[in-house]
Amino acid sequence: MAERYEIRFSGAGGQGLITAGIILAEAASIIEGKSAVQSQSYGPEARGGASKSEVIIADGPIDYPKATIVDACLAMTQESADKYAVGIKDGGILLLDDDFVQKNPQGNFKLYRMPIMRMAKEDIGREIVANVVALGAMIGLTGVVSKEAGEEAVLRKVPEAFKDLNKKAFNLGYEKSKELLN
Amino acid sequence: MAKKVALLQGNEACALGAVYAGAKFFGGYPITPSTEVAEVLSAELPKVGGKFIQMEDEIGAMAAIIGASLTGAKSITATSGPGVSLKQELIGYACIAETPCVIINVMRGGPSTGMPTGPGQSDVMQARWGTHGDHAAIALVPNSCQEIFEETVRAFNLSEKYRMPVQVLFDEIVGHMRERIVFPEPGELEIIDRQPPSVSPADYKPYDSSKGQVPPLAAFGSGYKFHVTGLNKADDGFPTTKAELVDAEERRQIDKVMDNVDDILKNEEYLTDDAEVIIWAYGSTSRSARYAVNKLREDGIKAGLFRPLTIWPFPEARTAELAKQCKAIIVAEMNLGQMIYEVERVSKGDCAIGGVFRVDGEPINPGQIVDKVKEVL
Amino acid sequence: MAYDYEKSIRPGKLPHIWCPGCGHGIVMKGLIRAMDTCELDRAKTSIVSGIGCASRLPGYLDACTLHTAHGRAAAFATGVKLADPEMTVIVCGGDGDGTAIGGNHFIHACRRNIDMTYVVMNNYIYGMTGGQFSPCTPTGAKASTTPYGNPDPIFDISKLAIGAGATFVARTTAAHPREIDKLIVQGIKHKGMAVIEVLDDCPTTYGRRNKFRSVVDMMKELKKNAVPAKAAAKMTAEQLQGKFLTGVLFQDTEKPEYCEMYQEVINKAQGA
Repeated sequence: MAERYEIRFSGAGGQGLITAGIILAEAASIIEGKSAVQSQSYGPEARGGASKSEVIIADGPIDYPKATIVDACLAMTQESADKYAVGIKDGGILLLDDDFVQKNPQGNFKLYRMPIMRMAKEDIGREIVANVVALGAMIGLTGVVSKEAGEEAVLRKVPEAFKDLNKKAFNLGYEKSKELLN
Repeated sequence: MAKKVALLQGNEACALGAVYAGAKFFGGYPITPSTEVAEVLSAELPKVGGKFIQMEDEIGAMAAIIGASLTGAKSITATSGPGVSLKQELIGYACIAETPCVIINVMRGGPSTGMPTGPGQSDVMQARWGTHGDHAAIALVPNSCQEIFEETVRAFNLSEKYRMPVQVLFDEIVGHMRERIVFPEPGELEIIDRQPPSVSPADYKPYDSSKGQVPPLAAFGSGYKFHVTGLNKADDGFPTTKAELVDAEERRQIDKVMDNVDDILKNEEYLTDDAEVIIWAYGSTSRSARYAVNKLREDGIKAGLFRPLTIWPFPEARTAELAKQCKAIIVAEMNLGQMIYEVERVSKGDCAIGGVFRVDGEPINPGQIVDKVKEVL
Repeated sequence: MAYDYEKSIRPGKLPHIWCPGCGHGIVMKGLIRAMDTCELDRAKTSIVSGIGCASRLPGYLDACTLHTAHGRAAAFATGVKLADPEMTVIVCGGDGDGTAIGGNHFIHACRRNIDMTYVVMNNYIYGMTGGQFSPCTPTGAKASTTPYGNPDPIFDISKLAIGAGATFVARTTAAHPREIDKLIVQGIKHKGMAVIEVLDDCPTTYGRRNKFRSVVDMMKELKKNAVPAKAAAKMTAEQLQGKFLTGVLFQDTEKPEYCEMYQEVINKAQGA
């Protein structure tokens, strides 16, 4: 059986976490040539609520397309942390938004906190790129795809006028995660 | 040159498969979780001179694709359970009037409105018996984004070849998940077009089966004048109540499928040769099942997977053979037991039958299947 | 010399199923004369219907005929027309088929202004099933399902069509056979959705329940209450009480036709 790596992005609907999952899956499957499956679940709300996006990455074919034991999880809100920061494997990774998640989920994993929304707003100037900051951070923490593949996948996804903004956001998240690891 | 690849949702792959197959007409009505099929086709069909129309309701959408198909356009609609329920009368119309068309059902959970954003596989019996009256059915159940593309092409081929509606059912999980698709080059996959008449307009009968079980179908507007009706009809297309004509036409329309099951059936087997227990699963559940088979083999249990890609007509012969060979068949499906009845019917008590069912909006996970196998053995 | 209807009728398909005195045959003859006047190539003409007595009409005519399911004629016809805009599409059917079970398809075909001619034979009853009330059965009238008189208000089909966006709307009656083909000709020539409402009689299931002693009485009633739209302009509300207007009721030549609109979509998609 191919070795699976499972990543879950969760937060509020409209925060772009499904897009973050799609970009990661593109980086893995289209750019790096691995197998990847991206899926999501969401409620009836287009905005708000709790939403999650999962990416399974493997070197060989992926059978079961949903998460079994999560290797790394992101939670951008308290609601999503309560609902989706579960089933993380021992020694796995959980990244929380430092401002929006007050109560830490319990478990035997490495917990990191980063003010993702605030960084997007204050350092980049646009809250809308918080998902790309988060993506950079998750790639930095997990190393599941290379930084270059992640950045290229981001740039393929965004219109010309927003490329610089997103590149900055991705790199900010990536660099910040490396600080957390040190 | 390297082939074109893309990360696509199952629904998007379905739409692009339809275009590859030569679809020229889509009639639909918005419904979760199938809307991406319509969205992509609204952009792609006009590029190839095709037509996209969002109709006023599900029934109108089904009507429009039958009307369009009669002009010669390969036609498709996409919907989900509630929409398929509404379309049933006209699916029967397409059967009796022998009009090719493809119906995509991205399955969600529950009767009625159920769980619009949750997966289900509870429409599989509806695909067989949903419309009233005796009729044949062809239904395909792909389990990956690549396969959705290819099976949508095959659905058009079967529909055009056998002059009948063909349904493609995939659950919300495969419809919405994204995987890499490798696009086949033009000409790489076989494309079948309906057989046009070889006789002159004056001699044409739309249901003349003297030269084969599937009569050639002329297109409205191509010089042939003929009548199409939902009434029982004779080979000239006009209504009849003559017992022997009604009987012959009804039987032919079923025989044209049942006499050609070898051409229509398609399935995949994994480690079934020495299997003591066979997991019988389709659609996204078959992916859990394959994962479970590997887990069981690691635990020393000789498990195998039988996965139909054609669910109707039912893969009777092979299921019966497997029942003779193994100790147990475990049917896994996201409903409370539908195809298991067919498996029980054809296995005739030759092996134990167990079911793994789930209807809570979550997929059946490999662990559930593993547990059931261990319980049954 | 008698008009040659035979060449338009499929050999061996007559007699038709309609009762003696039914107006549907008058409408069919009007339709044949209109198709002749327009010199329609029958191999390029699709006549589409739903279910009901009136919906049996296409089966008799030599053309690309499509007898569909109850209420769905306009939706099938939309598929035919959009898929092949070269076809001339004529829909025919009854009041129940078109405005009850098929009401949604009817109003949306009007809204789209798709180029077809919809001839509604309004005999204000479900004839084929034995005389149940339809959305056009007059309030108070007797039907097999209104033994105490019909409590339902009616649809005015022509007003419905105008309100829904049809761009040619006309009304006449089976008692005005010459006007039938004249209006259908105008409908066929009109680019867009044309609705021709033909008030019609059903002596078998409506007339006998509602004190009409004969078909002639029913025809006289139609004649008596029909007021040409032009004449009505000079009449008072009191004089128009219980009457209905006939002739061309509405025409709009400005609203774009649906298939032409869709061609623009194709042009945009192809970067033209």
